[in-house]
Amino acid sequence: MVDFINIRKGLEVPVAGAPDRRIIDVAKIDTVAVKPTDFKHLAPKLMVKEGDKVLAGSVLFVDKARPRIQFTSPVSGTVDQIVRGDKRKLLAVVVKADEKTQYKEFEPVKVESASAEQIISALLESGLWPCIKQRPYGIIPAPEVAPKAIFVSGFHSAPLSSDLDFSLREELDSVQAAVRAFLKILPGGVHFGIKASNHASTPFHKLSGVKFHTFEGPHPAGNVGVQISKVCPIAKGDVVWTVDLHLMAVIGRFLLKGIVDMSKIVAVGGPMAKTPGYVKGVCGMSMKNIGTLVAEKPELSLQKGQKVRFVSGSPLTGTNVGEDGYLGFYDDSVSLLSEGNYNEWFGWAKIFRPKKFSFSRGYFSWLTPRKKYAMDTNTNGGVRAFVLSGYYDKVFPMDIYPVYLLKACLAGDIEKMEQLGIYEVVEEDFALCDYICPSKIECQKIISDGIDLMLKEME
Amino acid sequence: MAKFDYNKIFGSTIEAFQSFLKVPSTVTRFGSHVRDCNDLKRVMIIVVVALIPAFLVGTYNVGLQHSLAAGLDMGFWQMFFYGLLKVIPLYLVSYIVGLAIEFGSAQIKGHEVNEGYLVSGMIIPLIMPVDVPLWILALAVVFAVIIGKEIFGGTGMNIWNPALLARAFVFFAYPSAASGDSVWYAKSAVFGLGKDIDAFTGATALSQASEGAFSAAGVGQWSIADMLIGLMPGSVGETSVIAIAIGAIILIWTGVASWKIMVSSVLGALAIGGLCNLCAPEAASYLAMPAWYHLIIGGFAFGTVFMATDPVTSAQTEGGKWIYGFLVGAFCVILRVFNPGYPEGMMLSILLMNTFAPLIDHCVVSRNIKRRLARSQQK
Repeated sequence: MVDFINIRKGLEVPVAGAPDRRIIDVAKIDTVAVKPTDFKHLAPKLMVKEGDKVLAGSVLFVDKARPRIQFTSPVSGTVDQIVRGDKRKLLAVVVKADEKTQYKEFEPVKVESASAEQIISALLESGLWPCIKQRPYGIIPAPEVAPKAIFVSGFHSAPLSSDLDFSLREELDSVQAAVRAFLKILPGGVHFGIKASNHASTPFHKLSGVKFHTFEGPHPAGNVGVQISKVCPIAKGDVVWTVDLHLMAVIGRFLLKGIVDMSKIVAVGGPMAKTPGYVKGVCGMSMKNIGTLVAEKPELSLQKGQKVRFVSGSPLTGTNVGEDGYLGFYDDSVSLLSEGNYNEWFGWAKIFRPKKFSFSRGYFSWLTPRKKYAMDTNTNGGVRAFVLSGYYDKVFPMDIYPVYLLKACLAGDIEKMEQLGIYEVVEEDFALCDYICPSKIECQKIISDGIDLMLKEME
Repeated sequence: MAKFDYNKIFGSTIEAFQSFLKVPSTVTRFGSHVRDCNDLKRVMIIVVVALIPAFLVGTYNVGLQHSLAAGLDMGFWQMFFYGLLKVIPLYLVSYIVGLAIEFGSAQIKGHEVNEGYLVSGMIIPLIMPVDVPLWILALAVVFAVIIGKEIFGGTGMNIWNPALLARAFVFFAYPSAASGDSVWYAKSAVFGLGKDIDAFTGATALSQASEGAFSAAGVGQWSIADMLIGLMPGSVGETSVIAIAIGAIILIWTGVASWKIMVSSVLGALAIGGLCNLCAPEAASYLAMPAWYHLIIGGFAFGTVFMATDPVTSAQTEGGKWIYGFLVGAFCVILRVFNPGYPEGMMLSILLMNTFAPLIDHCVVSRNIKRRLARSQQK
């Protein structure tokens, strides 16, 4: 049975430079990095030292608290650099890649006959367990705790994100293999969200064994958190696993071939991209591979002379990794944005402000609904207290009062956070609140700090 | 750009003027990398724009009422300029005193200056009797900004609408300047326009209505058209229902103010007004006044559109807004009809509901909490 869920609240943020459905480059992989900072609440224990030879699939570091959870190299080569930050915090393990990737051989898993435990330990050994995130908190789940459900969103709705029907068009078999494995872990419990507008044309409608749910509506309809909240909302004590579809493909390839093949097709878009499109790359690839795809855009007069910000992920939720940075573990897109270090004269007082988009009808961008905007990183205003009410609700399609939850997080009131739904959300669910907020309140940061507080309390 | 140092000498003030002229060059550091171009300055300026029709009609009306009271035959522009000369001093006092305190307290706290007073300062003169002495107005502004806002932490933290607090301050501390029948007219000449008149009194529509002086044609000497256009004595900006309706359309279209509060406030007034009509003992009783007259006399329309909808002091939840608005309208009519002490109920009604708005929200949010709790117990 396929159910149809219409999401009315939300917003398509019209950022210019949506990737075209074509491969524009095959990245020549020189260095890659695995960054413990991509994984929430992870205290890593380093297992290699500089100069060590590794294969694709060799362990680089493990979770100190749960050493079964391993993190492996996406390529073969030499450990080039161990990057540490303040208090010697491990930031990244950089691997210099071989010309040709050599894979560590794992025993292929016969999904049909394997038990749930065998599948879980295979995922743990291969370093693909971290592909799974759990709600609450958005952390890597404990292998011992069975989930209530497993959710996979079959499409992205965030601006500039990868069109999975294109980037994973050859991966149906791998995804199917991963689905079969997860069905072993939780029989009948794999939910798959697809977009109503192309539910018949997406290759993934052929998946068997999953429960399909179709979603109609603007972003965040593709966010797995929204889909969970509509299908089986998380209550206290529940654990739900979520896996990004492109990581399902990686898991599937491992199960079928017995190798950790973390190559992926990465969407590169944004106002500063020369020709927005897709690049064949690998998990943790360097932004230097992307640097050549940045364009000079003299026509963008506001942003003239500004640097380019390399965002791993979508402009709403991604990480600013810098031009020397590396693609995040969970990301399959790169957004190239202009920095916004400029003063706009009388910006807020202009009647028309044609170069800027606003969700509010206080400006006139509602007159040009199809226009895309060369958005930059300017905050477009100063930080203030919460003033408008009911504003976040317009883009927040969950049964949660966002401002009340945010205020509970700010106050550090664990009990209130729990009552108001902290278990159901992760940072990305508040991305649009961040975007539209006229008071420029950092909602995602507040939620992130709130979740950190909850995790600390659990210890 | 490095974080702005608000604590250096006049740091807040300099930042305020800079960011008034040009959008700051700050870039995003956490969360979403791109941001909407809407900010609080824009939100506030929209409210100011929405108030302009009420300001213009009100200003003209000041001249008109003076002309009628003084028995002069002033032309349209004469009346308008007379009104301007009367209203502009109120604005000067409101903004100079209010902004001075805002800038001062921002400086003391080492904060950025908030935009909230742009709106409060625009509203305060519009809800004052035009003849209010300027020193009383200044005191009211001081009271409203310090007690009403800054001690709670500034815009966004206050419990009561600051502009209404200014009105309430004048009403209770200097009743002779803010109530009764004589205060609603400008009674002096300015720069040769108009003429001095002394001891003029003319009852307002509200006090006439309370004495039963209404008919199907209107209240007192004012026809329904007068009441809609706003050609009757009253606070500067409250009289013209049409001008306020234009403001309401701007606020609702831009999404700055909640239409739910406006609609439910009207419904609340009509419901209680209708109930009064049903229980009216005789045709001349105040209870018998057609319920919808309540919407167009006194400060109801202005209060509903511009003050009850203040997003900080009203209910914050969508369900709560319906309850809050309904009670604002209902209490307004109850106070008007059953309390002989105060002819105008809107001010007290909104302040009362401001006080209870957090309680309403608490009840609404509790339902959400209970739903969530029930879900975890179902298992």
